Amino acid sequence: MTTTFTLNGKQVSVDADGNSPLLWVIRDTLDLKGTKFGCGKAACGACTIHVDGKAVRSCSYAVKFAAGKEVTTIEGLSTEENMHPVQQAWMEEIVPQCGYCQPGFMMATAAMLKEIPNPTDEDIDNNIVNVCRCATYYRMRKAIHRAAELQNATTK
Amino acid sequence: MSENKKEKKGFSRRKFLVRAAIGTGVMLGATYCSAPFIRRKIAGVVNTAESPYMGPTDDPTIWFEVTADNTLIFHSPKVEMGQGTFTGLAQIAAEELEVGIEQIKVVHASTATGNIDQFATGGSTSIASLWVPLREIAATMRVMLLNAAAGQMGVAVSSLSALNGIISGEGKSITYGEVVAKAEEWEVPDTPALKASTAYKFVGKPIPRVDLEDKVMGAPIFGMDATMPGMLYGAVVRPSSVGATFLGADTSEAEGMPGVVKIVLEEDFVGVIANSYVEAENAKKKIKANWSTEKVWQSEDIEAMIRVGQGKPAVIQKEGNAKQLLADGEEGVIISEYYSPIGAHAQLEPNGAVAYVEADKATVIMSTQVINITRGEIAKRMGFKEEQVVIQPTFLGGGFGRRLHTPNAMQAAVMSRAVGKPVKSFFNRKEEFQNDTFRPPTHNVMKGKLTADGKIEAIEHNVSSGDVFFGSPLVPRLLQTVVGTDVGAWRGGMIQYHGIPNYRAVSWRVKLPFATSWWRSLGLLANTFAIESFMDELAEKAGKDPVLFRLDHLTETKADLRLAKVIQRAAEEAGYHNEARDGRAMGFAASTDANTPCAHVAEVSIEDGDIKVHKVTCVMDPGMVINPDQVRAQCEGSIIMGMSAILHERMTVKDGSLYPVIYGAYKMALMRDAPKEINVVLLENDDKPGAVGEPPLGPIGAAIANAVYRLTGERRRRVPL
Repeated sequence: MTTTFTLNGKQVSVDADGNSPLLWVIRDTLDLKGTKFGCGKAACGACTIHVDGKAVRSCSYAVKFAAGKEVTTIEGLSTEENMHPVQQAWMEEIVPQCGYCQPGFMMATAAMLKEIPNPTDEDIDNNIVNVCRCATYYRMRKAIHRAAELQNATTK
Repeated sequence: MSENKKEKKGFSRRKFLVRAAIGTGVMLGATYCSAPFIRRKIAGVVNTAESPYMGPTDDPTIWFEVTADNTLIFHSPKVEMGQGTFTGLAQIAAEELEVGIEQIKVVHASTATGNIDQFATGGSTSIASLWVPLREIAATMRVMLLNAAAGQMGVAVSSLSALNGIISGEGKSITYGEVVAKAEEWEVPDTPALKASTAYKFVGKPIPRVDLEDKVMGAPIFGMDATMPGMLYGAVVRPSSVGATFLGADTSEAEGMPGVVKIVLEEDFVGVIANSYVEAENAKKKIKANWSTEKVWQSEDIEAMIRVGQGKPAVIQKEGNAKQLLADGEEGVIISEYYSPIGAHAQLEPNGAVAYVEADKATVIMSTQVINITRGEIAKRMGFKEEQVVIQPTFLGGGFGRRLHTPNAMQAAVMSRAVGKPVKSFFNRKEEFQNDTFRPPTHNVMKGKLTADGKIEAIEHNVSSGDVFFGSPLVPRLLQTVVGTDVGAWRGGMIQYHGIPNYRAVSWRVKLPFATSWWRSLGLLANTFAIESFMDELAEKAGKDPVLFRLDHLTETKADLRLAKVIQRAAEEAGYHNEARDGRAMGFAASTDANTPCAHVAEVSIEDGDIKVHKVTCVMDPGMVINPDQVRAQCEGSIIMGMSAILHERMTVKDGSLYPVIYGAYKMALMRDAPKEINVVLLENDDKPGAVGEPPLGPIGAAIANAVYRLTGERRRRVPL
């Protein structure tokens, strides 16, 4: 079946089994590799993207549900002009080590900051539940607070 | 290597120019070292704990390319798996090349075009092993460029100097890129004198990671992201049972599944090739593979095997008379036993490969820690010479020792040959958890005896472990026989307090029915947990402060003094105290791993019955620090990964299979578990960089267990705590 949705601001149509995970459509059909496969069971968060602004674990999200919706991946988080505050903060704090899980964390963080512009440590603990094996959590927490600062500075 | 530096190196007809794409590049097989050479080198590792770089060092043109826009492309023989090696190596190279750090672009060397380490990337050796060779190569290259520029400019080389990739003198200047474009061949000069450390511009500075922007923007840099034109997807059936041997498979039902291109049934595995990953995985579920298993294993079976006293013992350390002093029936012997479970690597990027096998060559793009071994395995299976197999390594989505064994690359190659097209194949998560090369479980027995004035008279450490070093394709069988004990299993297992008059350490080898291998820091995690927990137990029995007690048993040797310094500094930095305050307590532990001493103070509380780590103070002396920011990052990551293993992680064997098979069920530290405060202090008490990526994993377990004891009076000796 053909599914049409908006990917990073551009309309795309894909011919795929409607039950195929959106992850593989994004990675293999549309060739955007920033969204990662970690577990395939929505347990690690490496595949986190935004669907209509909400964080979604795309390995367990059927492509048919994306029809008509706005899908954003790490490649579409920043604009041509401005790096997204989350990515800016990640750069400033030098967060990534191996880097594989980081797009998922940044997407989860960007979605959280829309709902909670000034997250407490407890908010971060409750909302950012992805897995990072290099255990970059310490810097990620700093970067999340910094991203909130940057975001609030640009929106004020 | 550096001992050859006085020899005239002759000419190189290679050029510092951008090389052909993979698969068509110049084969450099002839420059590789022979197997006996590797064996000697490994024996050297065992004897000295120093790991030399094992690859060619005589021709800088293999290491660097220079582009017209004056960018230097550095082909790294070590892979980047998060440890920051690319950045540290770029800093070291920039220093001697006299270029700006932003002028260096680091890429993974491919077997087709560059210098591959014969051994592996692992063991916290990358920076340390390349510290001398890379500076020599870079300095040699600078002189080559200066000499060529002098000829091209018609001036004396003595009048020229290099800065930021530009050679200037006598009012003229030329870029490295311009020199390279005009040069036809190069004379490789004697290795020049290296820069004095006082003149360093990049070494010792917190330069941002060279791969930072790619990783923040989500660039397709990992093995999982690789593609080739016309690529298909392969899925291999992997056993869920421990000790399973493949007997064959009924593939009839899978053949008709949507998207299936071909089923590959080999003697040792069965796989399906399809047009998409989802189709390949769906078809795989319909294959009925037959496995034979000798026994339906349970966790109790494994625990019964991993016992000190069973298996084959080897005395790894002996001083004085510890065995007699601590013998059964002797008075005053204190005994404690510790346990650690099977650990999974759980790296986020699954093992996989993209392989394309043509009539006379194979090309493989993948994440691997053992480029040369991967190449050898594929060559053997394909009936190719090694030179016919090109391995293009990529960034690794985590290594931790999981990518030291890569038979999956060979399987991808077999499937590619069967269809004549590139095939991408990777593990699903359940397969990763059940077919891991696990951290082996351990049983550690500590014995000790105190003198009347509260010093340790004798101490003994016995560790029973599954294989770590043995069984690894990294270690040739012959060498295993020569070495005789599993140095990986007893890493961190020696007594480091050399002021104790009588000490002894014994390693007991057990062969387990599932694959066990290197897991970040090897045996260090479990062995230091046992030894440093026991040191606190002895200190308490002796009525001594645990910090002073440790210092009391160190000598005036260089290694002991370095350890003493990190111990003292950690206690000062943390404001270490023995009594619990406001519901929190501190725990202390220290260890030296691969010549890098490290001490941790953990501050914990118990919340809803769970151990909560609030703050960790880490003092480490890696000798010389190339990039303080990345060394700190390794400390922070090691502390939390070590915490995760000590507090949460455990694989169990139930009815013949390993569980759990998914994140979440395999409990790991998450954001909520990470300490809110990590204070890293770096000391530099040596003149060369040492190990960084693993030493800070050592003391974290005992630091936490010691803190829990001080808070609750309960001594926890079984991991996960």
